[in-house]
Amino acid sequence: MTRAQVAIVGAAETTRLGKVPELSQTGLHADAALNALADCGLRPSDIDGIATAGHDVAEIAQYLGITPSWADGTSVGGCSFITHVRHAAAALQAGLCTTVLITHGESGRSNHRSHRPLFPSMQQQEFENTYGAAFPPMKFTLPVMRKMKDQGLTVEQIAMVAVVQREWAAHHPRAMARDPITVDDVLSSKMIAYPFRKLMCCLVSDGGGALVLTRADRARDMPSRPVYLRGMGGESLEGPMISQMESFTSSRAFRLSGRMAFENAEIDHADVDHLMVYDAFAHLPIYGLEDLGFVGPGEGGAFIAEGHTRPGGRLPMNTNGGGLSYMHSGMYGMYALQESVRQMRGISPAQVDGAKLSVVHGVGGMFSAASTVVLTTASKW
Amino acid sequence: MTDRPVPVISPETQFYWDGAAAGKLLLNECVGCDAAYFPPRPFCPTCGSRDVRVVEASGRGRLYSYVISHMAAPGYEPPYVIAVVELAEGPRMVSNLMGCPADPDALPLDMALEVTFEDRGDVTVPQFRPAGASA
Repeated sequence: MTRAQVAIVGAAETTRLGKVPELSQTGLHADAALNALADCGLRPSDIDGIATAGHDVAEIAQYLGITPSWADGTSVGGCSFITHVRHAAAALQAGLCTTVLITHGESGRSNHRSHRPLFPSMQQQEFENTYGAAFPPMKFTLPVMRKMKDQGLTVEQIAMVAVVQREWAAHHPRAMARDPITVDDVLSSKMIAYPFRKLMCCLVSDGGGALVLTRADRARDMPSRPVYLRGMGGESLEGPMISQMESFTSSRAFRLSGRMAFENAEIDHADVDHLMVYDAFAHLPIYGLEDLGFVGPGEGGAFIAEGHTRPGGRLPMNTNGGGLSYMHSGMYGMYALQESVRQMRGISPAQVDGAKLSVVHGVGGMFSAASTVVLTTASKW
Repeated sequence: MTDRPVPVISPETQFYWDGAAAGKLLLNECVGCDAAYFPPRPFCPTCGSRDVRVVEASGRGRLYSYVISHMAAPGYEPPYVIAVVELAEGPRMVSNLMGCPADPDALPLDMALEVTFEDRGDVTVPQFRPAGASA
């Protein structure tokens, strides 16, 4: 029998999502943080550990009135918040702090922020941006034609990712895009970077989210329903230059991060009731399903097209609609975590009946980083 | 053409851009591994050895993957091709495709490519075109 060591006790998104021109990026962090603290009955003075990405963690601490004994500014792209859960678990178990706040805020649409961009990296700037590869839609998609040729992935299968996720988004009142779409709609939407069309690309939104974590034995004293971390998750890096990926049909960082998370959680794929795979673009859930081992290499596109991840399917995936339909502020990983927590609390507007174990997998940069955590309703297993 | 982006060159990669200005595609190669790598750096990313040399690449490669950008970028009018070229020596690099329409029918994967060079004022940029093309 293994007892959970760490729990998520507070979880919330910003009061509003989508277009939030009345808040700065710092304000989005704070709004989400105050909502997450209220969720578990805590105040900023109760927090002694803090983590964020894409923003100076010290500014967030000062702005909220937090005096930390532990901080994590790991900023490897949109999966950073999933990585923070893993790092926070290690810090809590080592006794470096007792209560961790992880915040995300991003004024992706209204652009009320100071720019300290992570990308382009020095090598991207020198060897990729030089060729007009200036924006994510024309970089993140670069491996896909090779995957299509080598493994038979089709553009219709990529389109189905967007169609299925829109079905999930229809359940979520806060999703930005909720109207049903068809494969024809996707394939007739504006061409962005062949073979990718607009409906295969994520939304651009404002928003934020925050989590509060503490040791599992303390979670019992909280007013909220705890969600437990099973195992310690996984993380890896491959690097920002997409042209240098070891393989164009599979992400090394996805595979390593996923394998680590499954092994230390001591779970099999059949144990997974619910899955979140960060989808900045529609090919990512296909890579994710394959690289996490839910299907074999080259089988992800058909698996989604056959309906296995849609409402009523055997592997409900991206049940908030994902970055394609729910929201995408730029670093979406926090919203994948939030939906997973809602599912484990049994309160998602697209609730999967009886879901007890959820895997959250995220990408950072453009196949640059990956992290994976396993969340569960169970305090022991 | 000169409104296209120019790379910020680092001390470790100056030789590469100097080579391009002289009409050569230069690569680093590890002496111990006997293998070329990209982008340039003064040590081997496989074994960590500093015993590396500069070699002139054959200039031959194949079209490994690509997108056709329909978004404008500084100096680029859509549609334009962003390609990944696999060099005959093994490493992959990003390039545009010169002398070739931005049309999927003209872009079969594994098509043979050859290096060419694009003048951007103070900097010359390695580019690729279909092998035997005249552009």
